[in-house]
Amino acid sequence: MSAPDLHQMGVAELAQAIADKKTSSTEATRHLLARAKQHEALGAYLAVNEEVSLAQARAADARIAAGERTPLLGVPIAHKDIFVTRDFPTTAGSKMLAGYRSPFDATVVARLGQQGAVTLGKLNCDEFAMGSGNDNSAFGPARNPWDPARVPGGSSGGSAAVVAARLAPAVTGTDTGGSIRQPAGFCGVTGIKPTYGRCSRYGMVAFASSLDQAGPMARSAADCATLLTAMAGPDIDRDSTSLDHPAEDYGRLLGTAWGEGRDGASAAQPLKGLRIGIPEEWMNWADDAPTTDQRVSGDVTLQVSGALKQLEALGASLRRIRLPRTEMSIPAYYIIAPAEASSNLSRYDGVKFGHRAAKYDDLLDMYKKSRSEAFGAEVQRRIMIGTYVLSHGYYDAYYLKAQQIRRLIAQDFRAAFAECDLIAGPVAPTVAWKIGELADDPVAAYLADIYTLPASLAGLPCMSVPAGLGATSGLPVGLQLVGDYLKEAELLQVAHALQQATDWHTHAPAGY
Amino acid sequence: MSKASPSLLVHGYEVVIGFETHTQLATRSKIFSRAATAFGAEPNTQASAVDLALPGTLPVMNREAVACAIRLGLAVGAHIAERSVFARKNYFYPDLPKGYQISQYEIPVVQGGAVSFYLGDEKKTVRLVRAHLEEDAGKSLHEDFIGQSGIDLNRAGTPLLEIVTEPDIRSSAEAVAYAKELHKIVTWIGICDGNMQEGSFRCDANVSVRKPGAPLGTRREIKNLNSFKFMQQAIDYEVRWQIEQIEDGHAIEQATVLFDPDTGETRAMRTKEDAADYRYFPDPDLPPLVVSRDWVAEVKAAMPELPRAMAERFVQQYALPEYDATTLTQSPAMAAYFEAAAQASGQAKMASNWVMGEVSRRLNNEEKGIADVPVSAAQLAALLQRIADGTVSNNAAKQVMDALWTGEGAEVDAVIETKGLKQVSDSGAIEKIIDEVMAANADMVAQFRAGKDKAFNALVGQAMKASKGKANPQQVNELLRQKLG
Repeated sequence: MSAPDLHQMGVAELAQAIADKKTSSTEATRHLLARAKQHEALGAYLAVNEEVSLAQARAADARIAAGERTPLLGVPIAHKDIFVTRDFPTTAGSKMLAGYRSPFDATVVARLGQQGAVTLGKLNCDEFAMGSGNDNSAFGPARNPWDPARVPGGSSGGSAAVVAARLAPAVTGTDTGGSIRQPAGFCGVTGIKPTYGRCSRYGMVAFASSLDQAGPMARSAADCATLLTAMAGPDIDRDSTSLDHPAEDYGRLLGTAWGEGRDGASAAQPLKGLRIGIPEEWMNWADDAPTTDQRVSGDVTLQVSGALKQLEALGASLRRIRLPRTEMSIPAYYIIAPAEASSNLSRYDGVKFGHRAAKYDDLLDMYKKSRSEAFGAEVQRRIMIGTYVLSHGYYDAYYLKAQQIRRLIAQDFRAAFAECDLIAGPVAPTVAWKIGELADDPVAAYLADIYTLPASLAGLPCMSVPAGLGATSGLPVGLQLVGDYLKEAELLQVAHALQQATDWHTHAPAGY
Repeated sequence: MSKASPSLLVHGYEVVIGFETHTQLATRSKIFSRAATAFGAEPNTQASAVDLALPGTLPVMNREAVACAIRLGLAVGAHIAERSVFARKNYFYPDLPKGYQISQYEIPVVQGGAVSFYLGDEKKTVRLVRAHLEEDAGKSLHEDFIGQSGIDLNRAGTPLLEIVTEPDIRSSAEAVAYAKELHKIVTWIGICDGNMQEGSFRCDANVSVRKPGAPLGTRREIKNLNSFKFMQQAIDYEVRWQIEQIEDGHAIEQATVLFDPDTGETRAMRTKEDAADYRYFPDPDLPPLVVSRDWVAEVKAAMPELPRAMAERFVQQYALPEYDATTLTQSPAMAAYFEAAAQASGQAKMASNWVMGEVSRRLNNEEKGIADVPVSAAQLAALLQRIADGTVSNNAAKQVMDALWTGEGAEVDAVIETKGLKQVSDSGAIEKIIDEVMAANADMVAQFRAGKDKAFNALVGQAMKASKGKANPQQVNELLRQKLG
């Protein structure tokens, strides 16, 4: 098998080729590491270690030689640098943790490793996952393979870039307010954030504990299902917020008819009976002329509408629903997430690990200097916001109110799922912006999170599926799908049906 | 307890005290991690990744610690909340690895309850506000590090139950009695080893004074009282100091103070102005703690009889004075020892006297606990029976006890026999002795007959001496009186 084909393969294909001994894990790993080096300018990787990766690959090859088979055996993947790893440094994109080495692997990393996946390295991200452009990384920006002058999205920007640029068939990401879905949308790849609690947070550098959730990103829904099946599952001895639900095969509904065919779904119309709700607060859905808010770009409106029509053609019925507190999700999120972050990041004090200022006068000065030197501007901004909203006298007005709104948003979804099986709309109002474009306007970046925040606040499973390239920009647009709690398999089933009928997810940026 | 008893006033002021007690729970592992909790290990050898707050670590509730809280709640008749919440108390300190302490804030697991005890003959009841679970911090070591501080995180994450009272306490003596009773309860139910020196049972006293009937005065909190002796000294000093301040026209400023045993004084560590804003909020890493009624029932089924209930039963069942009952219920082992001896001998009061007297005295001399008592309850019971049936005198019984204690003898009757301690109850033999004594001490006899009662006792003493202590003193008394008639 010739090397160039290896990086074009998805997870399933590559696993099959390795299992069939048409190639080896070692060969695939070597090839993808070389490719990562070749595309260093993307800024996607923060750490690689050829020796470690090749040792893992040889171990996988040995397992294959011994007759073992798993859907991920020998498949090289890479991890967002938010997951702690024993064999690679973990920085969370922050100077604070430069050179930090964890004595243990994150549960998600360990589970993928047990399934035989090989780790290629650690991926760039916004500092402590705070950002939507991957331009808040202390180690420089990751770039969008579709246009290196543009952001790949964030915070899992390096993850999305690597998948789009064919540097790895699949990666891990984390999503707090859209950090898997938005970069997946900006880079034209598929990503899923499962129900809060599906994936263990043990070993994920915490940003906002009540929102953080891990998920896979890949080039197809089917490959995402394979990774999610390996990553998810209860971990109640290490993460108290881990859901105590038995492990699931998230790919079990792929290629099957919706509702097991009860509503007349067939091979031609596999989604017959599926009711898709379009929130009017996200996009105004009228039969012929779908419109969106003026803030939403024409490219996004057109591509998302096209994808919805495609789902309709597959048998789904589209209906208007309401999510009336959509706009309130922005202030609610930007109170709750910074509040939790301000507390979660208190451990970085220069005492035990992480950056400590070289010179200081006393203890307080050591705290101030260490933290001021090592935290970037966006992290400092959120720590300050979070500290403020939790302060005595402000708690009720901000944090408590935001929690109340959060509950109302979850109620809105509950009401909506009484009328539909799945919710669809845009991932983001625009395509990827230029690096630096929003650097001086953090609020504009916050506002752009409007479509991803509601599902995060409600803890619902949601994903981003490629919806083709914008006619004007030539850049990828993502379709967002949101399911009810624990409906990951249904989400993946619908995304897979769409990908069976279209080729949007197969588009590669020029030169990759 | 809200009414001031005039006798408790100090220079016309009423003393008002509330207690906060941190009891270290005797769990095998920490409250949110699986690291061990043993005291005195090498620095930082009992701290796991979770205790060090390494990135990516998360807390997981130790159910053993919750069971301890339930036991305490049951012991003090409190409400055990079906749902309680852990919050984060945010502040920076080098021995606080996460930059926040996980503690129950708005909704604690134990709510209400009361602790009752006797102060002299008066029964006192102190109401509890709450008892909540929280984690301890590490220790900062300021010695041995020139210009720097060392941090030992072994203690970080050790489970604590903080027990908070209403301001029901009215004197330092009451405060100490309350603390002793609470100490007895937590050790009795096995949730705390009670070692005050190692910090397993740390009291903070909130002290204020006021004129009777006036609103509560401003309080100062005396931190970390780790001995009953210092507790009394510290509160007495603090009360005097506050009254002096007020009498001199100064207002009391809310403050946290430390007691210095060397000077016998309290001094302020920080005042209210320095009070940190802890930015409490529910810990998103920990779902609310749910305690099912079944769990409470399970813990209840395994609860021992509590000391106060046992003391009341001793009063009822064995007709003991309150003092005896309270003393005997200092520890489950002592109570069990007494009860076994009382039941086997059928001589409850005598058993009580012996346990509180001879047995305790010998144990104290040898600095031993009741667990190490060399004489079994059955041996003691056999001895008590021999006193009761007149075989030995009380004095001779002490000699038997000596032999049992040292292991010189094991069987009570055999020891009595070997040592010839049997009491003489043969009236003929005793009469003979009395006749001889009267003949030899005619002057005493004359004195007695002249109305000097003291001479009677001297004659009894002579008779006992002549019998080498073996004569039954009661019989000696009776026969002598007859003869002197």
